[in-house]
Amino acid sequence: MSKAAIEFTGVKKSFRNKFVVNEVSFTVASGECFGLLGPNGAGKSTIARMVLGMTRPDAGKITVLGEPMPERGRLARKGIGVVPQFDNLELDFTVRENLLVFGRYFGMSTRSIEAIIPSLLEFSRLESKADARVADLSGGMKRRLTLARALINDPQLLVMDEPTTGLDPHARHLIWERLRFLLARGKTIILTTHFMEEAERLCDRLCVLDHGRNIAEGSPHTLIEEHIGCQVIEIFGGNPQELSSLIRPYVQRIEVSGETLFCYAPDPEQVRVQLRGRADLRYLQRPPNLEDVFLRLTGLELEK
Amino acid sequence: MGEAFAAVLPANAWNWAAVWRRNYLAWKKVALASILGSLADPMISLFGLGTGLGIMIGRVEGTSYIAFLAAGMVATSAMVASTFETIYAAFSRMHDRRTWEAILYTRLTLGDILLGELAWAATRALLAGAAIAFVAAVLGYAAWPSVLYALPVIALTGLAFASLAMIVAALAPSYDYFVFYQTLVTTPMMFLSGAFFPLTQLPGALQQVGRFLPLAHSIDLIRPAMLDRPADGIALHIGALCIYAVLPFFISTALFRRRLMR
Ligand SMILES: Nc1ncnc2c1ncn2[C@@H]1O[C@H](COP(=O)(O)OP(=O)(O)OP(=O)(O)O)[C@@H](O)[C@H]1O
Ligand SMILES: [Mg+2]
Repeated sequence: MSKAAIEFTGVKKSFRNKFVVNEVSFTVASGECFGLLGPNGAGKSTIARMVLGMTRPDAGKITVLGEPMPERGRLARKGIGVVPQFDNLELDFTVRENLLVFGRYFGMSTRSIEAIIPSLLEFSRLESKADARVADLSGGMKRRLTLARALINDPQLLVMDEPTTGLDPHARHLIWERLRFLLARGKTIILTTHFMEEAERLCDRLCVLDHGRNIAEGSPHTLIEEHIGCQVIEIFGGNPQELSSLIRPYVQRIEVSGETLFCYAPDPEQVRVQLRGRADLRYLQRPPNLEDVFLRLTGLELEK
Repeated sequence: MGEAFAAVLPANAWNWAAVWRRNYLAWKKVALASILGSLADPMISLFGLGTGLGIMIGRVEGTSYIAFLAAGMVATSAMVASTFETIYAAFSRMHDRRTWEAILYTRLTLGDILLGELAWAATRALLAGAAIAFVAAVLGYAAWPSVLYALPVIALTGLAFASLAMIVAALAPSYDYFVFYQTLVTTPMMFLSGAFFPLTQLPGALQQVGRFLPLAHSIDLIRPAMLDRPADGIALHIGALCIYAVLPFFISTALFRRRLMR
């Protein structure tokens, strides 16, 4: 069954007369991982808050788990788990106490919470930290505890706002692996990110946001095929102006970002011939990725 | 608008208990320091002023000054404890610790959170006020067992002042603003409510002001209980305290909705 978990139709939201979310529509099917990809200030967190019913849209319609939002937010939130952009764990409590206290907010009894704590600790690889104070945990452990906390009510839908921002690569991979495990068990995930790699690895579909607008939507693969569809050569070290006039005849398109030239080349060999013997230049050829899509659509480079 | 406001009101009569229990768990970790801290200040004032001034003043309203003052101290420390808990501790859970934000991810509403915070602040007030009343009773400055009637009044006083302080917390952009509430509202209230001296000592106009203050209503109930005297207008005083507890609750709920759920 793939009933829609989230439906946004023509949603608008402004702060101080400035649109932060502008005519955004998308649908997230049950069981899929949907990404909201965009740079700082694109409106990702605002959309996440609207999914939770914590911010009221100025216009448009939002349905989450079949409930109209934000009116029936309380009902919908019974089936939602949240990983916010900024940790809001109880720093003075232990890991176990954090889970206990949070479970009670869902009306669970102490006994039923204690019954599931071991499995949550195992899931988040925090078994050995059960009685450690949260203030003493590393950033990655805190993030995993937030994830465990989000699962306490056995939610169908997880809303994650930049789940891996600020983590080192090892910690990030561990979170990704845990999220794939949840997806395999049929959970629906909506996540915001500005990491291309995260979006490409995890998301079935995503929408690219820029200044509150949904500027492209689809699977990572389709987006890359549609908007780029050829190999990319990145060149750095030379004068971008001079280089781009040299290479322009041999490529489909060129984008300059800082001192880097991105060449979209259906026939990369021709470009490499031009660059041969230029010791001042460094270049690399790679398959296209979401970063190229983003650059193409917005003229902006995302953080790496 | 009406429907939206209804959605943030308490969802049922017991959800708030989860918030109360969260605060209780946090408090248990520092209980000893907290109890000593909240007792030391009123006790020092009680004995310092009570014995020192008592020698000069002699008897007040037919009792020793220290016994007169004890009732004022009980009510005042309930006011201070619940005000402090609300504008500092609850504000920090709302503002920099983001605890409320996490709670709003669950099936609790904003109204449930506020109710839990108020109930917790009233509990702190009860602890602080009851401790002083107990010491006063042991030392013979309060009558046993009629002092027990003061306990529900102390809790209600705490609830009323927490509810009032919650409006201040909802409006204040940062901690810096709370000192205004304390110096301009709660501190003068002690002098206008008969905590340290009988209201009859004040000019007529100020006596009239005193009639409306929640602390005055609280003292008018607590002092007779502690001195084992008949109290006048019990229903009026309780009613006034209830109004101070209930009305601000709806105001602060509306204010916090605007602040947190934009
Ligand atoms: N409560 C608010 N009041 C005023 N402006 C706000 C509020 N919340 C968000 N904004 C503004 O809306 C815009 C989008 O914010 P949002 O937090 O949704 O972006 P984001 O995509 O999550 O960015 P980031 O990657 O930095 O988290 C920003 O310009 C922000 O300043
Ligand atoms: Mg954000």
